[in-house]
Amino acid sequence: MCHPPPAVREDESVGWSWGGQELGPDECMNGLDLVSHSQITRLYSRFTSLDKGENGTLSREDFQRIPELAINPLGDRIINAFFPEGEDQVNFRGFMRTLAHFRPIEDNEKSKDVNGPEPLNSRSNKLHFAFRLYDLDKDDKISRDELLQVLRMMVGVNISDEQLGSIADRTIQEADQDGDSAISFTEFVKVLEKVDVEQKMSIRFLH
Amino acid sequence: MLCAALPLLWLPLAGAAATEEPTPEPGSPGEPPPGLALFRWQWHEVEAPYLVALWILVASLAKIVFHLSRKVTSLVPESCLLILLGLVLGGIVLAVAKKAEYQLEPGTFFLFLLPPIVLDSGYFMPSRLFFDNLGAILTYAVVGTLWNAFTTGAALWGLQQAGLVAPRVQASLLDFLLFGSLISAVDPVAVLAVFEEVHVNDTLFIIVFGESLLNDAVTVVLYKVCNSFVEMGSANVQATDYLKGVASLFVVSLGGAAVGLVFAFLLALTTRFTKRVRIIEPLLVFLLAYAAYLTAEMASLSAILAVTMCGLGCKKYVEANISHKSRTAVKYTMKTLASCAETVIFMLLGISAVDSSKWAWDSGLVLGTLFFILFFRALGVVLQTWVLNQFRLVPLDKIDQVVMSYGGLRGAVAFALVILLDKTKVPAKDYFVATTIVVVFFTVIVQGLTIKPLVKWLKVKRSEHHKPTLNQELHEHTFDHILAAVEDVVGHHGYHYWRDRWEQFDKKYLSQLLMRRSAYRIRDQIWDVYYRLNIRDAISFVDQGGHILSSTGLTLPSMPSRNSMAETSVTNLLRESGSGACLDLQVIDTVRSGRDREDAVMHHLLCGGLYKPRRRYKASCSRHFISEDAQERQDKEVFQQNMKRRLESFKSTKHNICFTKSKPRPRKTSRKKKDGLANTEATNGKPPRNLSVQDTAAVILTVESEEEEESDSSETEKEDDEGIIFVARATSEVLQEVKVSGSLEVCPSPRIIPPSPTCAEKELPWKSGQGDLAVYVSSETTKIVPVDMQTGWNQSISSLESLASPPCTQAPTVTRLPPCPLAAEEPQHPFNLPYDPRPSFAFPPSLAKAGRSRSESSADIPQQQELQPLMGYEDRTHLSPGTANSHWCIQFNKGSRL
Repeated sequence: MCHPPPAVREDESVGWSWGGQELGPDECMNGLDLVSHSQITRLYSRFTSLDKGENGTLSREDFQRIPELAINPLGDRIINAFFPEGEDQVNFRGFMRTLAHFRPIEDNEKSKDVNGPEPLNSRSNKLHFAFRLYDLDKDDKISRDELLQVLRMMVGVNISDEQLGSIADRTIQEADQDGDSAISFTEFVKVLEKVDVEQKMSIRFLH
Repeated sequence: MLCAALPLLWLPLAGAAATEEPTPEPGSPGEPPPGLALFRWQWHEVEAPYLVALWILVASLAKIVFHLSRKVTSLVPESCLLILLGLVLGGIVLAVAKKAEYQLEPGTFFLFLLPPIVLDSGYFMPSRLFFDNLGAILTYAVVGTLWNAFTTGAALWGLQQAGLVAPRVQASLLDFLLFGSLISAVDPVAVLAVFEEVHVNDTLFIIVFGESLLNDAVTVVLYKVCNSFVEMGSANVQATDYLKGVASLFVVSLGGAAVGLVFAFLLALTTRFTKRVRIIEPLLVFLLAYAAYLTAEMASLSAILAVTMCGLGCKKYVEANISHKSRTAVKYTMKTLASCAETVIFMLLGISAVDSSKWAWDSGLVLGTLFFILFFRALGVVLQTWVLNQFRLVPLDKIDQVVMSYGGLRGAVAFALVILLDKTKVPAKDYFVATTIVVVFFTVIVQGLTIKPLVKWLKVKRSEHHKPTLNQELHEHTFDHILAAVEDVVGHHGYHYWRDRWEQFDKKYLSQLLMRRSAYRIRDQIWDVYYRLNIRDAISFVDQGGHILSSTGLTLPSMPSRNSMAETSVTNLLRESGSGACLDLQVIDTVRSGRDREDAVMHHLLCGGLYKPRRRYKASCSRHFISEDAQERQDKEVFQQNMKRRLESFKSTKHNICFTKSKPRPRKTSRKKKDGLANTEATNGKPPRNLSVQDTAAVILTVESEEEEESDSSETEKEDDEGIIFVARATSEVLQEVKVSGSLEVCPSPRIIPPSPTCAEKELPWKSGQGDLAVYVSSETTKIVPVDMQTGWNQSISSLESLASPPCTQAPTVTRLPPCPLAAEEPQHPFNLPYDPRPSFAFPPSLAKAGRSRSESSADIPQQQELQPLMGYEDRTHLSPGTANSHWCIQFNKGSRL
């Protein structure tokens, strides 16, 4: 279970820094170790098929070539989420690391020791992944502008700027607890506490 | 009087008598021959509809009686009570008439009673949840029902072979399979009736309920196939017949679904063109859905599936097309019909059971059936769940499985089907009828009674009814996009991929085809939630504080009452109960209590908090912000002139309907903030009392059209029910630290410019506040008209246009007015009272006009206008100019310097 195919092993030692947290190889494994061998193989073949440059890494263009992603309103941001801070390439390990966020949480993981490092597919990490899509300037706050940008991408063009603005205002008001007119990650978690994030941010494929 | 009326009565009666003369009248044998009858008893003319109406009336009255006691209904499901009532009524009828007269006739049941229930459940089915769990639902509905039918049938046959069923029950294996097929299907009516009261979590509910709806296709097929096999005789059944049976499963289910979708399409398309005949919209929904049902029935397809799909498919488009009133009408009519049909079904079930001539008892068969349906249901659920859990993202745990097994209620469908059996072909029909009745009664009464305690005892996750929030909606959309993107990246065409595809397709083609343009243009789910939230707030606002919006109260919150202690306490009560916006409308605390002051302080802070985002926006989105220069001022003037002109033309027509809805910005969230802010304030200490900041309580009333798109688009359609929105948002109560001013007189003139304490402050010194007190109130409709001047203008023009609301006539050139005292405002109001703290909200002239009697309004307008110059200054300091321009602002400055 814990042995990735040979193709992966070459990337083993790379630790990624992402979202301000440095993750060592051991920690990397934490999110991936439950991905089955066949899944890794399957994802690796997908990875290589996306990799037009055939250099073992994916560039932004490789992602942008996926036709469905091009029409996804949040496509660009999600592509960005695959790339570690300040880099233009992502290798298979990084690719897997991002995907690991969407692995469903299994029962035996819920009861796991809480002392160990948090797996990438924990509720908190799933939420953080979504949060980072909003938080462009990485100040751990979704400001009104950032929210507006996302809204603009997601809602139809027929909603006017004023309407969007009022939606954004209200959204922030709903979530804002400390009165800073922005949504912090804590507030983000709080407003979504009733949402079954474990379910809504998981894909069975990554089982 | 009576004498005069009598001749009038004769005429129609005579006419009626003349036309009906030829028909024989068995009801009145002793009637004298021709001649003018003064009074005729024509029971037979009306018997059928009269009885129907009477039954429904009895059932409804029974419902009322049941619900008189909360205790009973919380313990016993309504369906149980209705069945029991039916038993009693049936017993009475039997005792009186010596024969059971009223029965649940299969024809009536399938043609009239079932469709409303199914339509209701299909139309209001949470579609997202349904499709999320479609795999599980289909498995249980198809595999589960087949499994139940065959195992139950076979096991009963085995029971008979073992000699446990009395030999007088003459039934072959096929008969038992037929019986198994009709008794195995979970019944949507029964499930809905019981589960609606249990409130299990959504996933569990949708699986059980979805199964009960979708298994109809399987039941129909099995029943028909078995029935025809029985009628053919088992010897004549050939291999091809079995194949046909299997094929018909697909034909019936897919055909039914297709019929439903076709009618859904037609329905959506039709409602697109009902712009000018709004009144028939609800009718169309019912007619086309019913047509779908009948068409499917006619083609012997699955009618339940057809109506379910029709309701499920059309809802999105229909809701977008039809007017708000029609939506409400559809909703209530549907619920009424469904509830009515359900009531009648259960009552008739009870009544039918009394008729002992129809059934024959066999203990072995009855007990065997009961045991088998429970056992095989449980076994089936466990097996299927085990398989499903291999694929499910969120596995169904053991407790879910228990509830699902136990929730397999049988109901009227089984009963109607068993009544339909042909006695000559199925000799054991009477036994089957008795068994079915017992099974239905057992599941509805015993299981219905115990499922609630069971759910409680097992601690099944209940559904939580939390209000939708914008955040949830928005973020869940984000999640959807993320998942779709991730599936794209990994190249896995899974559920999210197809959902995304479907949404694209829907957006590009289907919605464009099926939604009217105006609806399509503003169609967005996030916007919808926002819209709905605002509607809800508005309704709660009207519910709680609506009385202030009476015609006289419109111009100002009713001042006399504001001084009463009672009113004050109500206000406080309301405030404490956390009721959102309405509180502020009557902020009139004349009681100088500590709590009042505290509330006021909090409120004040709150206002600051509310205002912030806008201010931020102004700062951050500077690219939209046009700094005010000469050009701009000119623009403004042009704008104002335009507005005035437009207003003149609209004033007379529109304002009467302006006040139907009000949409305050909710304070709920802000109330939370309140605490935080208050704490901050506490730690920082109060601002110095003699702060020389001008005190301003800005009250902005925004009246805008709800749908600007409507008004400024070429669509002249003005939805009478949603076009006009009245937005009232009021009061900053500025109760800050005490600022005692000397005099108590009412301030003399509105013209007094220099800062001076307001009369309110004089009277109620604690009323004086400090700091920026711009209560910025907006509503969904205002869309927080931003700093973006151009767009702001356009919008407000259009909105004002539709509302006949006067423009804010403030001159932007007035830039440096010293703070004006509140006194300037106070004396102007006709019913101003010395104790009036401060009008907490006010309406612009035209509204005032609308709201008041003519005499009042005429006096009021100039006064109001006098005030308006004040606003220029205020806006400069507190509001973006654009905002100020596009709304009426009436602001009250309070003397601040002491």
